[in-house]
Amino acid sequence: MTVHNLYIFDRNGSCLYYNEWNRKKQAGISKDEEFKLMYGMLFSIRSFVSKMSPLDMKDGFLSFQTSKYRLHYYETPSGLKFIMNTDLSVSNARDTLQHIYSNLYVEYIVKNPVVMLGQSLDSELFGSRLDSFIRALPYYSPRAA
Amino acid sequence: MSRQANRTTDSKKMNSELFTLTYGALVTQLCKDYENDEEVNKQLDKMGYNIGVRLIEDFLARSNIGRCQDFRETADVIAKVAFKMYLGITPSVTNWSPAGDEFSLILENNPLVDFVELPDNHSTLIYSNLLVGVLRGALEMVQMAVDVRFAQDTLRGDNVTEIRMKFIKRIEENLPAGDE
Repeated sequence: MTVHNLYIFDRNGSCLYYNEWNRKKQAGISKDEEFKLMYGMLFSIRSFVSKMSPLDMKDGFLSFQTSKYRLHYYETPSGLKFIMNTDLSVSNARDTLQHIYSNLYVEYIVKNPVVMLGQSLDSELFGSRLDSFIRALPYYSPRAA
Repeated sequence: MSRQANRTTDSKKMNSELFTLTYGALVTQLCKDYENDEEVNKQLDKMGYNIGVRLIEDFLARSNIGRCQDFRETADVIAKVAFKMYLGITPSVTNWSPAGDEFSLILENNPLVDFVELPDNHSTLIYSNLLVGVLRGALEMVQMAVDVRFAQDTLRGDNVTEIRMKFIKRIEENLPAGDE
């Protein structure tokens, strides 16, 4: 049971926020490249999923999993994208990502007029609140996995 | 899964008079700062836009409304949910264009103008023009380019206050260029 890392992208594809908690293997490329790679993949998955779906979809792409981890995806109608990687025991992190959006991002970023929207978030308040929220999650446990 | 400390969804109720009077003070100051009404209208629109692009996030987080399928649904959400949530009124949606890309919001009682009487020398001032900017900014954030304007205003002698909204286009999401 663990949370590996979290990305927040804006609708233009810039990475607003990144943090990691229990990530044993790094990508071996610069963070900027990793963000672009991640966003590019998400962008493709979204279009893939919507084109391949035999039915109209409500939520679209939700998550994928590999043998080792699961990627959870939540997108707001305003195009913000929240991505969290966890181990396989976390089956659904939608509520968690929604909570991060409505109780942390909106409260500490959108309602803070000195934070420019669309730039990387260096608000300490947001960072520390998010960190303690993640650490308090029932499936957060850095030793496992 | 715990849903700890979820924010209460009911909005904090505030006396709307404080809001109305603050808005009035803002308009008054703008009228002092700028020579002509056109410029005041423009500034109000600009401020509204900046409010709208942030307000939409608050709105989406609170209302849990997903993406709208068409402009009619958008109109409903604006009138019945958003106006209700932030101004405590529910404008009626009327005058649909045949193509369904244009409609009017009729405001029975615009809370912004509760204590206002426009003097004769401000006949071109669009007093509540902030709302126009808010609507435009908020919709732009959900990929809709919309033209918003006051078509009628009781402050300027019309029978009703009417905001006309015209859908221009969907703003497409683009993959950012490989090297920025």
